[in-house]
Order: sequence, then structure tokens, then C-alpha cells
Amino acid sequence: MSATTSRPRRRVRPGSTAIVYLALLGVIIVGAVLVGSVGRNFFSDGNIRDILTGMSVLGFVAVGQTLVILTGSLDLSVPYVVSLSSLLAAETMRGNSANIVQGVLLALGVAALIGLGNGLIVTKLRVNGFIATLGVGLIIKGYLDTMYKGSAGSVPREFQLIGATGLGPVPVSTIIMLAVATLVFLFLRRTRTGHHIYAVGGSVDVARLSGLHTARPVIVAHVLCSISAALAGLLLASRLGVGSPTVGSQGGYDLLSIAAVVLGGTVLAGGRGTIWGTIGGVAIFAVLDSVMSVMQVNPFLKDVVRGVVIVAAVAVYTGRALERRRPRFGAKGFDSARSDPGLDAAGAAR
Amino acid sequence: MSTPAATRQTSRLASATLTLLSPRGAVFLLLAILLVAVTLLNPNFAEPGQFIRFVQRVAPVAIVATGQYFVIVCGEFDLSMGSLITAQVVIAGNLIGQDESRSVPVLVFMVVFGAVVGLVNGLITTMLRVPSFIVTLGMMLALLGGVLFWTGGAATGNPADGFRQIGRGGIRDVPVVDIIPWSVIVLAAVLAVAIWFSRRPFGRTLVAVGDNVTTARFAGARVWWVKTAAFLISSLSATVAGVLLVGYAGVHPSVGRGYEFIAITAVVLGGVVLGGGRGWVVSAVAGAFALETLFTLLNVAGVPSTLRDAVQGAIIILAVAYSATAFRSRRRVRTAHASPTEEKVPAGDTSGGAPAIDS
Repeated sequence: MSATTSRPRRRVRPGSTAIVYLALLGVIIVGAVLVGSVGRNFFSDGNIRDILTGMSVLGFVAVGQTLVILTGSLDLSVPYVVSLSSLLAAETMRGNSANIVQGVLLALGVAALIGLGNGLIVTKLRVNGFIATLGVGLIIKGYLDTMYKGSAGSVPREFQLIGATGLGPVPVSTIIMLAVATLVFLFLRRTRTGHHIYAVGGSVDVARLSGLHTARPVIVAHVLCSISAALAGLLLASRLGVGSPTVGSQGGYDLLSIAAVVLGGTVLAGGRGTIWGTIGGVAIFAVLDSVMSVMQVNPFLKDVVRGVVIVAAVAVYTGRALERRRPRFGAKGFDSARSDPGLDAAGAAR
Repeated sequence: MSTPAATRQTSRLASATLTLLSPRGAVFLLLAILLVAVTLLNPNFAEPGQFIRFVQRVAPVAIVATGQYFVIVCGEFDLSMGSLITAQVVIAGNLIGQDESRSVPVLVFMVVFGAVVGLVNGLITTMLRVPSFIVTLGMMLALLGGVLFWTGGAATGNPADGFRQIGRGGIRDVPVVDIIPWSVIVLAAVLAVAIWFSRRPFGRTLVAVGDNVTTARFAGARVWWVKTAAFLISSLSATVAGVLLVGYAGVHPSVGRGYEFIAITAVVLGGVVLGGGRGWVVSAVAGAFALETLFTLLNVAGVPSTLRDAVQGAIIILAVAYSATAFRSRRRVRTAHASPTEEKVPAGDTSGGAPAIDS
């Protein structure tokens, strides 16, 4: 984290982010050639705008997901938070521009409470993040399915402009997303809690022995993750003009955001990774999608390509980082009891 | 002679009570409570004929949970199970069609296909060191996309009736229960094999690997093979569930959707710890039954189907919170006894990682 670390360790972090951007560059070059081969220009304003627009929603979710994954947890409730916040905002605004602030604040506030709930369940009740957020997601889904039959509310024109306008080829939504990413980057680099997020994700026990409150960074990460998912929901509401109860789950933002975060070089077990890597991962997805749309690839084949790219890319990262990370391997789960009978039996059986 | 026997019996009773309250046993208590609740609301449910139908309906979920147990207990995830079920269902529908003579070759093909999927999952996880969450997520996308691409997104007809009998038929004219469905027999066989596996050195090694990879490797376990075998088992169990579901539910691209999460939920309800190293396969199957009984209960109680998800979410959080806190208090007692060695091992383990955090 600072200059005093040993040499090989210092190289790891910029290295992994650099590979992400090298991979992005590779995808862009291949994409440009493919798009060029069907007589279209990859670097046209329209295409760039499409790619950047595609980045913004997933970008918001993935930035929050990065924080949660850095602490060693997961958030599977994001798609439902996205849907819920789009509905809350659209219903509060009711097409009246005077209610914009209220709607945004309500959506963000409810999301923060959901994140707080996630964080407390993970840290205080000791429920694995996977199950905790899966359960909370199901609870929100039950609420959405019960209360809403279809899209509801409406968003005033002024609010729709956020999703529709741009500076040149760069959409405003993407600029906001990158601004949020910068804030989160500064939060991770410059604040105490930011450093604690890395520490807790690296090893809860070492963090605790170093005198940290290990619960606090996890809770903060979950709250921020839900808030950024709510931002994605607000953006979707602004684009659709209404709130929708299925917009989040249709986007598959839970698994896609996790995939984007890991594609960005963040270690799924926590403790290692950067926000800019995640943005790179999101960009790779956006470029892939745009190229496949231009090439008119069958929508089902798109999923096949996505799946293969996720696995292949992560295989490349882990293959590279293998040697340097060796001392950490197997560190996971060292707090579990060692006197497990299974272990003795296995030893005896060999 | 009688006194020691009596004390043994009391201590056995006490330990049985303890087991019932412990996370691995709590699921049976939960299951019993749910079954009683369903029976109270709908007395027909307890009739043998009705009950065996219920078991038949749960069989695919329970089989998938069995497979997922092996993967989870060695510290991995298998998110590709649901997609694999869909793939197998569609394969059966498309390749068998109305030609009953193709049943056996296609069945063999499905088993081989399942094995290949499991092998790929396992080898990429162990050889290329990609987290299994990502590997099986990629496999999930690729399988579902591939199958839908192959069929053009639309489901094609059901396979021949003879093949569907595996999932919907059974031994008829049995006294008491009227019919013993084949799927119940398959479930019993799968469970028996699973128990046998987990008692053999393989099963013990699997748990050891899930508890601590490094220690298991030092103890001489072939970690890559054990984990790959776990993925093989889970893919094959998804294949079996697919065969049953073709008969029971027919061919549709949505058959199998969400099964991976249901299976993980069931396994975790059974007190199996995510991250590996702890759990019992019978509890995992009981978890599947508890989950399905819960759905039945909500159905019988007239809870709107839209609220079912919410109740399911709340229950799994509570169940896992219970087992997590129970395990924690237990571990504390243990740690107090073993504290000298306990302190030493993590310190040696993390010598490489610790400086990075301090600085």
C-alpha cells in the first residue's frame, strides 16, 4: 500500500490493472478490425457513445460490488436494489420536476438502509455474504412482486435528460459514473476506512489482531454498494422514463457485476484489486457487447462468448499472478478449527 | 452390566439431543416442524400416497443438492448446475424425439456430456486456478446460451414416453403407498452412493481439502483430483436430475432455471458451511426437503406466491445465522483448549501476507 513494501509486492497491483487495460486494448483492436470488416467504423461517434452508455449502468453496480468483494463478501441483492430504487424514484417524482430531489434522496436512503441490513447480517449474525445477500435479495424480490404488477410512476423530462444527453460522444451518465468511481478510488486510497477495507479483505484475523474493528469496513462497503446500485437504478429510471420491477433482474447485474469485478483483476477472496481495474473490466464487457451487436451475433451466442471470455481472462490473470501470490495461498479459512476429525481420517487414509 | 448400559443409553440420548440442536441436526428439527405444520393444515398430506408424490417432486432438487454438497464441502461453488439441467433436458427432447430406440444411446451421451462439463469445470478451477465461482458462472452462461442457440430459443417436443417414465412413472400396485415412483428409488440410490462416498477416504479427503487446502496438501492429498472429482459428481447429479425432470416437467428452456441457487440454499440450510470443511450429506438432502416443505407450507397456508421468495429469503438468513452463531460458540470452547497450537499455525501461514497490511 505504500512505498515501504517489498519489491515484488509493489509490482503486483499496478501490474494487474495494467493487464486489464492491455486486455481491453486487445479487445478494442480485434473489435475494430471485425467491425471494419463489415464496413462500419468502430471509432465513430455513435459507436463510442453506445459503448460508453453501455458502461454506465453496469459501471455503477460494479464499482459498489468492488468494495464489497474487496472486503471478502459478495452482494447478490444488487439487481433488486436497482429495480426498487428505480420504482421509488419514479413513484415519488410522478412526472413533477419539483420532486426530483425527494425521489433521488428517498431511493438512495432506502438503498443505504438495505446495505446497512446486508452489512449487519454479514458481520453481526455471521452469515456468509453469499447467503445473506441472496436472502435479502429474495425478500426485496418478494416485496417487488407483491406490490408492483408492472412499471409504475413516471420521471419528469428534466430527469430524463441525465440519461439522454452527452458532451460530444460522452454521455453525461458515464461522466457521473466515472466521477463516482474517482470518489471511491479516493475513498480507498486516502481514508482510513478505505485502507481497512483492504486489510479486512486480506485477512480478517490479521486485521483483528492489528486492532481494527473488523465489522465497520464491511458494513460501510455494503452500504456504499447498495447506494451505487441505487444510482444505477436512478439512471435506468431516467432512461426508461418509468420505474420497473424487473429492470434489475433482467440485466443480470448480480452475476455480471461480479464477473466484471473479477475481470478487472480483483481477487474474489478479497483484499486485492482496484477500482480502475473494475472500470476496465466493465469496458471490456461493453466493447464486446457493442462489437457483437454490430456484427449481429445471435443473442444466445453472445452469452457463450461472454462466458468464455470471463473464464479465459481470469485464467490469464491468475496464471500470471500465481508465483507472486504463493505465500497467501491457503490462507483462507485458517480460523477454522483444526481438530476436525475429517482431517485425521484423511491423513490416516493416505 | 445394566448400569453401564443405562448410562450409555442416557449419554446417547443426551448426545442425540445435542446433535439435534447442533447445526448439522437442526435441519431435521426444522424439517419435522415444517412437516407437522403442513399436516395440520392439510391432513391429506400425511397419507402415504400423497407423501410419496411429495417425495417424488422433491427428488430432483434433493439429487442436485447432493451434488452441490460435494462441491461446497471442498470449498468451491457450482453455479452451472441449473444450466446443465436445462441443457440435458433440451438434449433429451431434441435427440430422442419420438424414437424410443434412441433412449439408451442418448442417455449414454447425456452422461458423457455431464461428465465432460464437470471435468472442464474441475480442471479449469484446479489447473488454471480460476475461482470456481467464475468458472461455473462462465459455464452457466455458455451452456445456456449454447443450448438456446442450438434450438433457436424455442423448446421442441417431449421425448418418447418410455424415456419420460423414468421421471413420472413407477412401480404400480404397491400396497399402502399405491405407487413407488422411479425417482424416489433413484433418489434413494443417489443418497446411498453419496453416503458411501463420503465415508470412504475420498469423502474424508474432500472435507479436509475444504477445511484447509495447505494442510491437506501436506498430508498428501491429491487436491486437484479430489476437487475435480467433486465437480464431476455435481455435474453427473445435475444430469440425473435432468433425466427425472424431463419426465416430470417436460421440455422447456426454463426447466432447471435457478436450481443452482436452490441447491446452494438447501445445502446451506443443511448446516454445510460455505467455504468448505464442514457438513454432512444427509443434512444437505434434509435441507432440500425442508426447503420444498416450506414451499408446500406457504402454498397450503395460502400465502400469495409472490411473497414466497420473501419468506424463503428470511428463513435462509435465520437458519444460517443460527448455525453460524452455534458453530462460533462451539469453536470458542475448542480454541480455549487448543490455544497454544492455534496461535502458532496462522502466524506461520500468513507470514507472507501480514507485512502488506501493516505497512
